Amino acid sequence: MASVEKDPVTGRYTTGHEWDGIRELNTPLPRWWILVFWVCVIWSIGYWILMPTWPLLNGYTPGILGYSSRGDLEGEIAAQKTERAVWLNRIESLPAAAVEADPELLTYARAGGRIAFEENCAPCHGIGGVGAFGYPTLADDEWLWGGTIDEIEQTVKFGVRNSNPNTHLSEMPKFGVDGILTPEQIEQVADYVLTVADRAPVASLPGAAIFAENCAVCHGEAGEGNKEIGAPALSNQIWLYASKLGNQTPEIRDAEIRATVIAQVTRPRHGAMPAWSERLGPGTIRMLAVYVHTLGGGR
Amino acid sequence: MSLFKHHARIETNALLLTVGIVVTVSVGGLVEVAPLFSIESTIERVEGVRPYSPLEQAGRDIYLREGCYNCHSQMIRPFKDEAERYGHYSLAAESKYDHPFQWGSKRTGPDLARVGGKYASDWHVRHMIDPRSVVPGSVMPGYPHLTRPLDYGDIGTRLKVLRQVGVPYDDAQIEGAAHDLEEQALADPNGAPPPVVARYPKARLGRAVESPENGPVTEMDALVAYLQVLGTMVDFTQVDPALIRR
Repeated sequence: MASVEKDPVTGRYTTGHEWDGIRELNTPLPRWWILVFWVCVIWSIGYWILMPTWPLLNGYTPGILGYSSRGDLEGEIAAQKTERAVWLNRIESLPAAAVEADPELLTYARAGGRIAFEENCAPCHGIGGVGAFGYPTLADDEWLWGGTIDEIEQTVKFGVRNSNPNTHLSEMPKFGVDGILTPEQIEQVADYVLTVADRAPVASLPGAAIFAENCAVCHGEAGEGNKEIGAPALSNQIWLYASKLGNQTPEIRDAEIRATVIAQVTRPRHGAMPAWSERLGPGTIRMLAVYVHTLGGGR
Repeated sequence: MSLFKHHARIETNALLLTVGIVVTVSVGGLVEVAPLFSIESTIERVEGVRPYSPLEQAGRDIYLREGCYNCHSQMIRPFKDEAERYGHYSLAAESKYDHPFQWGSKRTGPDLARVGGKYASDWHVRHMIDPRSVVPGSVMPGYPHLTRPLDYGDIGTRLKVLRQVGVPYDDAQIEGAAHDLEEQALADPNGAPPPVVARYPKARLGRAVESPENGPVTEMDALVAYLQVLGTMVDFTQVDPALIRR
């Protein structure tokens, strides 16, 4: 090991370390670096006193400032709530229809409703309420459980076929599986339903009598539906469980609808929707109702 | 100070240097980590968190197997925007029976910490089979193979292993695991609640999708049961914010 000696080139001493003839200069750290180092050390002492830092056996030192990131969040949310309360209090205190009648509130509610809709509703009902296979379109004027603003709000609040005590409930009988109708009768009634959907029911069809006896009690004599029990209208070309209208020929479309009706009568599918009052506040729900009602098809 | 004078001895002896590094790093680690095991405030004292039911646990195993954690986190951070979108921030207590926890570190998809109850079960099924059939812009792969029957012959053993790492399953829960699993999956959601609900409150009953054939319990049933309980165990209307403030 070499001893500490003066390096002739730099005039500095070496550390005395030597590896394979290479020696190490003992260059001191720059003054600014030393300064920053000690400032950091002093800063840390102040930090220990002010902020939560040291773990103890059963807790930690809270610090004089009592900082808490979760506490901060509570403050931020409270501040946001106060800021929004200006609008939300008015929206919550007025009936939904009155919110819609006030242009200022309507603008606020539609903007807020759209945000909430895209996060919570669009996964099923699509952006802008375009609907999807099995999930009703909300931008048209056909409604399962009613399209007035209060009915929409009720549906958003309590949902459909869920565990909430106020949820919309109804169940279509399993006409095929439970043997209420024979497969032949189901085909006949499907043929008749196709004429109902065309708004030209052919009373002479054998399915007409079966329809009157089994289906009309919920879906109506003329297939107009019943919003009290969520029975869809059959007197139109809106089908929940059929693909969207594309460029199919009428024959192919008819065949698909007929198969859909047969499947539904044989073993009905039932849609479900969460009760959003369990997740969202009353103001958000009212804004959602306003948004959906003004999508284009509100009654 | 004599140690500093003799640092050449430490630096030139591999064994001494190794020991020195281990000692130094351990001190740092012990000071940071060790207190967490005794600090009572690490895990918040909230009501409602329970071990997963056998069906949920089977679904959780599928969640891991399929690597859902690669794109989905289960950790709502205490930020305003996250609270806005996902709900109340996650508590340590809510994942205390998770082995391993699924906090995740990457969100290609949304956070799932409170996805329970947010969507209907049949939506989950369709979304899993073909994500783009319900979310047109989704980049999630489809998981249509999950409709195959669930292999739960060893579900009791799986609970037993979890008990070994501290999940408080009792003997009856372990012995009756397969029975509980079937009971939860095959129960009528609208009927009287079966005994499994007493053992696992808030467990979601019934198949993921109305199954006409009443075939065997599927992997989809298990996964959806797991997703539907995520973030629903703690009733935050009953939690005093001061008690969980950190």
